[in-house]
Amino acid sequence: MSVLALDVEKRLGDFALGAKLETAEGATALFGPSGAGKSTIVNLVAGLIAPDRGRIALDDTVLFDAAARINVPPHRRRVGCVFQEGRLFPHLTVRRNLDYGRWMSGEARDDAAAAHIVELLDLGRLLDRRPGKLSGGERQRVAIGRALLMRPRLLLLDEPLASLDAARKREILPYLVRLRDDARVPMLYVSHFADEVRAIATQVVRIEDGRILAQGGVELLAAGPDGL
Amino acid sequence: MLDLTPDEWTAIELSLRIAIVATVVALPFGVAVAWLLARKNFWGKAVVDGIVHLPLVLPPVVTGYLLLISFGRRGPIGAFLDHTFGIVFSFRWTGAALACGVMGFPLLVRAIRLSLESIDRKLEDAAATLGANRAWVFATVTLPLALPGVIAGMVLCFAKALGEFGATITFVSNIPGETQTLSAAIYTYTNVPGGDAAAGRLVLVAIALALAALIASEWFARRAGMRFHGE
Repeated sequence: MSVLALDVEKRLGDFALGAKLETAEGATALFGPSGAGKSTIVNLVAGLIAPDRGRIALDDTVLFDAAARINVPPHRRRVGCVFQEGRLFPHLTVRRNLDYGRWMSGEARDDAAAAHIVELLDLGRLLDRRPGKLSGGERQRVAIGRALLMRPRLLLLDEPLASLDAARKREILPYLVRLRDDARVPMLYVSHFADEVRAIATQVVRIEDGRILAQGGVELLAAGPDGL
Repeated sequence: MLDLTPDEWTAIELSLRIAIVATVVALPFGVAVAWLLARKNFWGKAVVDGIVHLPLVLPPVVTGYLLLISFGRRGPIGAFLDHTFGIVFSFRWTGAALACGVMGFPLLVRAIRLSLESIDRKLEDAAATLGANRAWVFATVTLPLALPGVIAGMVLCFAKALGEFGATITFVSNIPGETQTLSAAIYTYTNVPGGDAAAGRLVLVAIALALAALIASEWFARRAGMRFHGE
């Protein structure tokens, strides 16, 4: 059964996106050059923008359906997001950032789950700091932890490593692999770096100019016209 | 040190009460209007913007006169409030607070609006994806991030209210113990023979209050800034 099933059209100024894709368990990479429409898809799935037409479903829940006039607002979608710039709340400590999702949902504290994620991402030393005092890599790890702690049904990672240098990337990639294998959260991983995708993805969707070119396994990476 | 007479104390206490009430009551309206102007596009936005800023550019006497004819006992709004709720503004300290609030309002709105506009909207999106509805996004992300602007706006509004003279004296006159603020008292003392000493004392108090407000705002702004930079 598919995790995410999406069939949408969206026009943003001169750019037109027409995408149909299905993802399975594991990590699906949305791979393509910048400007291909990858972030638009992330925003559509997260509910931050609405498609002009189409349907988005997650497991058996319809998140958006233009025909049925369904549009679940972002705060009820339970889709975790990790953005390129982290987007940590600068006025809250790391601990409060991590706790934000639970705070908003009003759920009881699950210390064991929190401790597990803090350990998985090695955040223990950072808990009392504020985002302004973190390195780029630390910030992204906190952002990943924050999204995980809301226990998302799907984790969207929008170029989570793009703002980091090669060393920082190597620092974070193993955490993401652990996440995929341990936490078993389905992931949609957006990137334009083939090496990142190769390390993470179990499934690849190639996108260019707002259209899906191909969908399949990691072998799709080799067939790139950009010589990847 | 300063040997203030009871009348002078009354004027100081009254000024502080008027300025505090004006600022605190104006605050929620200021936040709401600033948010509308910063975030929403609606028909007549330019008009709302203009009306909010009018007290800044109009002669204060004109603002006071407009308040008098609308909020005075026989003014349409004043009569309505008097008959319905028993609220009277004319020649009361509450009227002085209204005048001061109106005069300080544009400064309050401006500062809050600027800080709202400088907030990274992507942080609000992130909060929404973490399960916060719009009210919670505003309460836990937008407002705390706008706090330096809110504080700056409150200090400006408070300082304006403390020094307000023209609109207040036009609207609610200069009644000792009721509407005679610090500024009005200084003005009165400079017009009576031998009032120089009293005026001088009140001038010193006015300077001290203004400096205290500045230092307080500086302190608050630094604290708020420190929180964002992680110290």
